[in-house]
Amino acid sequence: MIWKKLLLALTTLSTAVIAAAQEEPSAFNMTRGVTEISRDAYDMHMLLFWICVAIGVGVFGVMTWSLIRHRRSRGAKAAKFSENTVVEVVWTVIPVLILVGVAVPATALLLKTNAESPNPDVVVDVHGSQWKWEYVYPDEGISFFSNLSSASRDASQLGAKESPADAPNYLLDVDNPLVVPAGKDVRLRITSDDVIHAWWVPQLGFKKDAVPGQFNNIDVHIGEPGTYRGQCAELCGSGHAYMPVVVEAVSPEAYTEWVAQQKQAAAQEAEKASAPYSREVAMSQGKKVYESACASCHQSNGQGIEGTFPALEGGEITTGPVEGHLNIVIHGSEKNPVMQAYGDQLSDREIAAVVTYERNAWSNDTGDLVTPEAVEAAR
Amino acid sequence: MNQTADSVVDQIEHEHSHHGPRKGPLRWLLTVNHKDVGTMYLVLALVALLVGGVMALVIRAELFQPGLQLTQPQFFNSLTTMHGLTMIFLAIMPGLTGLANWMVPLQVGADDMYWPRVNNWAFWMLPPAAIMLWIGFFMPQGAPGGGWTLYAPLSSTYAPPSIDWVIMAIHIMGISSILGALNIILTILKMRAKGMRLWDMPLFTWTWLITGFLLLLAMPTLAIAVTMLLTDRHLGTAFFDATNGGDPVLFQHIFWFFGHPEVYIMILPAFGVVSEIVPAFSRKPLFGRTSMIWAVIAITFLSAIVWAHHMFTVGLPVEAQVLFMYTTMLIAIPTGIKIFNWVATMWRGSMTFEAPMLWALAFIFLFTIGGFSGLMLADVPADYQYHDTYFVVAHLHYVVVTGSLFAIIAGVYYWLPKWTGHMYNEKLSQWHFWLSAISVNVTFFPMHFAGLAGMPRRIPDYPLQFMDFNMISTVGAFVFGFSQLLFIWLVIQTIRGGKKAGDRPWDGAKGLEWTLSSPPPYHTFTEPPSRQTIHEEGPHGYH
Repeated sequence: MIWKKLLLALTTLSTAVIAAAQEEPSAFNMTRGVTEISRDAYDMHMLLFWICVAIGVGVFGVMTWSLIRHRRSRGAKAAKFSENTVVEVVWTVIPVLILVGVAVPATALLLKTNAESPNPDVVVDVHGSQWKWEYVYPDEGISFFSNLSSASRDASQLGAKESPADAPNYLLDVDNPLVVPAGKDVRLRITSDDVIHAWWVPQLGFKKDAVPGQFNNIDVHIGEPGTYRGQCAELCGSGHAYMPVVVEAVSPEAYTEWVAQQKQAAAQEAEKASAPYSREVAMSQGKKVYESACASCHQSNGQGIEGTFPALEGGEITTGPVEGHLNIVIHGSEKNPVMQAYGDQLSDREIAAVVTYERNAWSNDTGDLVTPEAVEAAR
Repeated sequence: MNQTADSVVDQIEHEHSHHGPRKGPLRWLLTVNHKDVGTMYLVLALVALLVGGVMALVIRAELFQPGLQLTQPQFFNSLTTMHGLTMIFLAIMPGLTGLANWMVPLQVGADDMYWPRVNNWAFWMLPPAAIMLWIGFFMPQGAPGGGWTLYAPLSSTYAPPSIDWVIMAIHIMGISSILGALNIILTILKMRAKGMRLWDMPLFTWTWLITGFLLLLAMPTLAIAVTMLLTDRHLGTAFFDATNGGDPVLFQHIFWFFGHPEVYIMILPAFGVVSEIVPAFSRKPLFGRTSMIWAVIAITFLSAIVWAHHMFTVGLPVEAQVLFMYTTMLIAIPTGIKIFNWVATMWRGSMTFEAPMLWALAFIFLFTIGGFSGLMLADVPADYQYHDTYFVVAHLHYVVVTGSLFAIIAGVYYWLPKWTGHMYNEKLSQWHFWLSAISVNVTFFPMHFAGLAGMPRRIPDYPLQFMDFNMISTVGAFVFGFSQLLFIWLVIQTIRGGKKAGDRPWDGAKGLEWTLSSPPPYHTFTEPPSRQTIHEEGPHGYH
């Protein structure tokens, strides 16, 4: 049984080796990936795998031989021996040598993977939060949220009409990917705004936990342009499966252009945000805020998820007194910490806009226009 | 034994029930008999195995295909959390403690446990703890979903109210474990029959002696960790709350200082069971007996200095990662020695393959596979990829299911004829074994591939490329789960009747337990065994 299984494993794995040579994520085996770190990790993994296979063949071989030859039904008589110093020393020393043989390259690799370049070309702060990633480029003044794409979100609901098969890159697709230049040193400084998450793209060869209160740094050098996908790897609550990581590595020229575009867009946003506050402006700004901060739980259609996230359409709070609504958005929910205190994350105007939006979107029809001044007063 | 108050009560108790168990339903509530308590532990373990098993099957059913079909994500997370806690604290640990309660006094020639009433109390703490653990499913916001590892802040400030009940349940289970461990240690050290040297004790008793000490180290540490969670939640402390100057990583350090020894608490007695069975069915003394014991002691020491290998991705200083990689790799040496010794015990033996031996052999094969993936996980640069994926899920289930659980089942088959006086149905047991051994691999082997291909653990839904492996796992899991119903039927059948088992149903088995009648009288070794008997049943009895 075991032998068949091992053989099967061997065959599937050697197929996987060939697949991995094409640098696409393998269906069976660790990906070779697109960075030096990932290729080293892959080589280490395969070295360990073959060592285990060799030991397994030895141990299971002797054992199987015994099982076949030394059975009473074949007339085997039990020997009396119960120790043999030479054998015992040998099978203690050999594993020690193997371990030393593995530990030496592993240590070198570990030091290399954790080495930080003195002058990274690009720095990105990665913030995990329930359940999205925020990417901040401190040197460029760019920042944005990266949410699960709406096609995946719709298809991932319990009892969804849409099939996961129809959502492009199901659960591995976001609205705004992390964009980095290929061929450059990119420093990621990973942290969290709430619980622990882990930022992981298999093809980049590492995962790093996003821990509140600390920055975990790692330098990434992606050789070739391309789109690389991964997921949050540390259990972070009910949306854990729904906060993918997508990295787009582009040529340095394209990256410069992208940065310019982002800056321009940010400037336009700022202009809009300083435009006189009106119902129309509030609704359009509010919708944007809603999509990035609220929709991953309460859903774009305001229906929430039964039993977990309350519906906002026709909701008690969203159609009740404005004070209660502002209070839960600014200070979070006392009963359920998953509803965060957005007072720290959003400006007065953003909160005013999103609350206005929630009170008038879908079939909600309170007619309220909440002003930034009202938010300030409610803080 | 000194004339302590306890022992006086023991004697009174003893005289009262000299002729057998108390009549009526209060027998089980009031019993202080180690055999009754052992039986109750085993029954509890079986019940918990079913409850935790049903949770696992709902998990597997949800994962059969992409998309959500059965559960909301929060409920799914509650299931994975409760499945882990249930299996560890209410199935595997009580299962091993049950074996210890039954067998340790018999193996050392003691008339009962050192503290019989504490023994009763330690057991009866567990059912209420089980209820407190599971009651979260019926509370508002459901059972906790932060994983059995209870990482802060997800399981402190972000957890539903039911987490407080889980914390209290863990405290109670911890006290129960500590009392059980003390009782076993004292039984072995203070009540061992005169003439039985420590080094001549059976391996099962040896491993439990060491496990007892490990429990005394680990359980208070867990109590500290969960108490800090509780004060963070209710008393305004901020041990793990970064927004108030705390450090969530601190929780992981404390938790895994418990958690890694815990892994060995679940496996060392399993090593002991296998070390009893393999010689019995090879009809040959255990090879390298002394090195086996030293290996267990070495593993115990190492287990206390490897905890951070669960935390290679949290951003530890690189020097710490190197250190913990080395200590973790070192564990492979004593573990390897144990496996080599078992293989050498079989070598040139005269083997037969009754159910206990089959389960023990499956243990050696499959636990070794779990050991291999463990060796791979120890390697930090590769672990950056393996960590928190299904590769880890595969690893831990090879170690706990085909390790600890298989050894418990092997032990039950081995000692069931002694306990009940009847032989089990060998044919049915072969069915049980082969169905389980095949399906357990169908369940867990594909998880290696899913993990390597990039599937994170603890997710209710997954990208399409992981579908095939998940479907296979789910099919395997259902076959494995339902195969255990055969086991329950088999045990009930054996208790009720069957072929009479002789005093020594296994001709190669050694140990004082086999000098007793099957089933043994309610009170055994009221007369201590003679030095002659101890010698004949000990490791030197083969010559």
